[in-house]
Amino acid sequence: MSGRILIVDDEMPIRRLLRVSTERCGYETEEAATAAAALKALAVRPPRLVLLDLGLPDRDGLELIGPFRERGVPIIVLTARQGSAEKVAALDLGADDYVTKPFDSEELLARIRSCLRRADRSGGMARKIVVGRVEIDLDAHSIRKSGVEVKLTPKEFDLLAQIAAHPGKVLTHTHLLREVWGPAHTDRIEYLRVTVRSLRKKLEDDPASPTLLQNEPGIGYRLSETTSRGG
Amino acid sequence: MTDDARPSPEALLREAEREGRGSLKIFLGAAPGVGKTYEMLLEGAEKREAGADVVVGIVETHGRRETEALVAPHEVVPRRKLDYKGQTLTEMDIDAVLRRRPQIVLVDELAHTNAPGSRHPKRWQDIEELLAAGIDVMTTVNIQHVESLNDVVGSFTQVRVRETVPDKVFENAEIELIDLPPEDLIKRLESGKVYVPDQARSALDHFFSKGNLLALRELALRHAAQYVDARIREHQGVTGRDAQGGGQRILVAVSGAAGGEQVVRAAKRLADALKAPMTALHVETTTAGQSSDADRMQLARTLSLASSLGAVLQSVPGTSVQEAVLAQARELRATQLVLGKSRSRQGVFRRRDRIVQDILDRTTGLAVHVIPISEPEAGQPWRRFVPRGPWRGDLIALAAVGAMTLALYTAQAWLGRGPIDLLYLVPVIASASFFGFRAGLVAAIAAGVAYNFFFLPPVYTFIIYSPANVITAVLLVIVAIITGQLAARARTAAELAMRSARENAALARFATRLGAASTTEETAQIVCDEVRALIAVQAMILHETREGLRITASGQTRPELSAVDRAAAEWAFDHGEPAGRGTDTLTASDWQFRPLRTALGTLAVLGLRSPAGREAIPTERAALAESLIDQAALAHERLKLETDMREMEVVRQRDSLRAALLASLSHDLRTPLTAVTAAAEALDASGPEADLVRTVRTEARRLNRFLSDLLDLTRIEEGAVTPDLAPIDLTDAIASAVADLSGPLKDRQVGISIDPTLPLVRADAVLLHHAILNLIDNAAKYSPAEEPIEVVARMGRRGPVIDVLDRGPGIPQGTEQRIFDRFARGETSDRTGGSGLGLAIVKGFAQAMGFSVEAARRQRGGSRFTIRIPAEAIVQLSLEDIA
Repeated sequence: MSGRILIVDDEMPIRRLLRVSTERCGYETEEAATAAAALKALAVRPPRLVLLDLGLPDRDGLELIGPFRERGVPIIVLTARQGSAEKVAALDLGADDYVTKPFDSEELLARIRSCLRRADRSGGMARKIVVGRVEIDLDAHSIRKSGVEVKLTPKEFDLLAQIAAHPGKVLTHTHLLREVWGPAHTDRIEYLRVTVRSLRKKLEDDPASPTLLQNEPGIGYRLSETTSRGG
Repeated sequence: MTDDARPSPEALLREAEREGRGSLKIFLGAAPGVGKTYEMLLEGAEKREAGADVVVGIVETHGRRETEALVAPHEVVPRRKLDYKGQTLTEMDIDAVLRRRPQIVLVDELAHTNAPGSRHPKRWQDIEELLAAGIDVMTTVNIQHVESLNDVVGSFTQVRVRETVPDKVFENAEIELIDLPPEDLIKRLESGKVYVPDQARSALDHFFSKGNLLALRELALRHAAQYVDARIREHQGVTGRDAQGGGQRILVAVSGAAGGEQVVRAAKRLADALKAPMTALHVETTTAGQSSDADRMQLARTLSLASSLGAVLQSVPGTSVQEAVLAQARELRATQLVLGKSRSRQGVFRRRDRIVQDILDRTTGLAVHVIPISEPEAGQPWRRFVPRGPWRGDLIALAAVGAMTLALYTAQAWLGRGPIDLLYLVPVIASASFFGFRAGLVAAIAAGVAYNFFFLPPVYTFIIYSPANVITAVLLVIVAIITGQLAARARTAAELAMRSARENAALARFATRLGAASTTEETAQIVCDEVRALIAVQAMILHETREGLRITASGQTRPELSAVDRAAAEWAFDHGEPAGRGTDTLTASDWQFRPLRTALGTLAVLGLRSPAGREAIPTERAALAESLIDQAALAHERLKLETDMREMEVVRQRDSLRAALLASLSHDLRTPLTAVTAAAEALDASGPEADLVRTVRTEARRLNRFLSDLLDLTRIEEGAVTPDLAPIDLTDAIASAVADLSGPLKDRQVGISIDPTLPLVRADAVLLHHAILNLIDNAAKYSPAEEPIEVVARMGRRGPVIDVLDRGPGIPQGTEQRIFDRFARGETSDRTGGSGLGLAIVKGFAQAMGFSVEAARRQRGGSRFTIRIPAEAIVQLSLEDIA
């Protein structure tokens, strides 16, 4: 796999580490220590993907999401904060994923790969997904488990469609509620919880240990790309 | 001073005034007999020889040859004769001199008082007229006649001259000091060369003592020097070489009180010494209309003296003398303020003393001179005979009865005996009302005895025949008793009122002082001082310290406390009730201890002891004492509140510092850790140094966990954990926790069982995730790898429950609660690498969301950790919208 990754972080050791890890996997890299440098790099030649630290000295990293988003550059946000608010904000602004410091390189590389995979997909959206024994065909409105058609309610289907269209991508509660239930219901998380539960009941092998629809505490849900838990 | 090189307007004006005006030369002497007249005549002769037109206006030769010889060559203007009470007096004929219009006129004795019927009462006024007419005048005067020195001279010579010359006369004069050493003067006096009127001889003998002469000579020298000085300055003023010397301005406050002249003269001396202008200020108060004629005349005298001494007179209205004086002092930019203060402590002068004190208290940047005024004794001669001391009233009562007896006895024939008994009531009632009950009784008995002895038949015996007369005698006594008591009551009331006024003032002062105190020690000392001053008892203040009550303030000597005293003090402090002498508790103590009670509790104890072993607080001062104690308590309360607020501020600052430190920790420590962790993961773990790489990875992860645990716990203890509650499916919470632990749980068997009918609960997704994660992690650490870990979510009796179960050694018996404390670990913790903070964080996060945690030993080995979610956290759903 190849492509140029822009690393935006004010800490030199982190930049070096990210550079070494990504270059080992065959990516080219470019580094920027400030928001200004990052925007300059973007203007000169948009990278294939940006690893964006939110704690920049000259500007709030959140402000950079817009410009990169406009140029179609996938964004993985790096944050040191444990809380969910900043991550949700980044995702809602259009970031593709986030990694919480301290992270390990394997996890980061997996996220990068997933992100690039989605970006490479024509039209940006997946229409036919297979996760484990579950096959999802969004165009055909067809969900099968072990080859058997599964009947979903319209909301269940809409929700699954939203999540499945971006395999591996975290979709925030607000985003899902807006897309499925409409802008008036963006704070009704309980709708989401109940619907996710019923989806799991219909699709998961063991609804108590879900593998298909992964929860990101306080942030949202993602469709896992493999049925194994990875590690 | 080049910018100031212009003549001052005043100096120019004076110069202009002098144009066309005669010049004055004064021959100044320290005492009679120094040869002033002689010198004047000599100089006159010189001038005449030089071609000047010189005449003698008046010169007393007193029949001395030398003098007469000197007068002879001069033209002498004939004197004017006046008839006064049959005597023929001669005075200088001023009109004759004016008609003669000489260039220079010699006029002896500047201080002379003209005979009644002259144009001017004083000779210096004649001279003024001559000068004004453009005639130069030479004259002589002795120092004791200088107005402003009059008091000083009088004070040491005991001779007060009535003939004085205003200082302003000297101002434009040329002064020649005629100096003669005292020894020479005494010799001249003894050889009869000095004229002394017979009638004053004995007084003058004293006057001419060597000491006096020395002092007078010094005065004369100084005075002459001053005028020389003044003239030099004036000259400089005219030529613009110097501005007003020193910028000093003197303000003297005058009133209608006796002794005003002394004050004004003192001010003048000061003005001369400082070469400063002087203003005399009189404040017309609203009560001025009530002032006596004597006062008004005194005021007029004082003011006219001030005027003659060259002072500018000012009269301003004002309700408060001190206010007006201070305001005027500011307006005039006065630098020196001169006030009179009576030495007498009687009556009206009290008020003046207060004024002086008040002004002293309130001035800044102003030198205040207080001139003691000796009240003329002659003013109230009768006062000398008024007895003083405790017997005063009785003696006066007796005297009054005696006087009445004498009066009645002489008037008896004309008066008859009828009204005598009634008239005796006068001294009785008067004595009783002025001096109280006892004096009244004395008067009554005396009156009864005198009445009986002198007027009741048989006279000159103490025998009483008629019962009616007995009644009269008894009546006198009864009247005395009743009147006396009424009067005494009124007087007591008045005294009480005065005392309460004094006490109020004292309390006000106390409050002011307390308000300014900024430390406990300072406050305590002020309380002690004021209590001592106001109640006249020993006082001390005790505060609580770590070693019990300690004396923080006391009188000069630090009192030694006995065991009983200490016990009483502690009792008072602990119970907030008085203890010690005069109370119900621990009365054996010499001290009475009063707690200083406030809304914040008892803050200190005030100890009181009266020196003579009497009651600790004198009865009549009890109310005052209570007020003092209240105020002392308030002051302590105020200080305490201030201290508390300061401490709160310190805490607040410490908190914000800690928050800043935390923020910096989480960023500055995490960043390098992230680099280390990620780098360790990236290292090749299959090479020859695989062990080392694995160690680095493990330890880096551990450090990471420890850091985030530490931060979490600090946030909990800071109260900085603010849960963001939202509906959560426990399935999600458990699944994400297990997913996050995929690394540590590799090769572990984790059984998850969740009741599918469990309701959603309101929780903070991140906090709950962490709590469950920590519990599972803990179970993994403290149980053998081959044993399964179970996570169960079920409906308990009071709400949903999450259990995490393991088959480890189990928590030690009796540590079920402590296990959630910080750094509490199970027995086998050492090799498992936990931070010891995991369970404390579980507890903290759970409690922040309103959940509880518990730990228990399982029956067949192992531990169970439980998070209990209350029923209130269950989310009620209306499902119609969802699907």
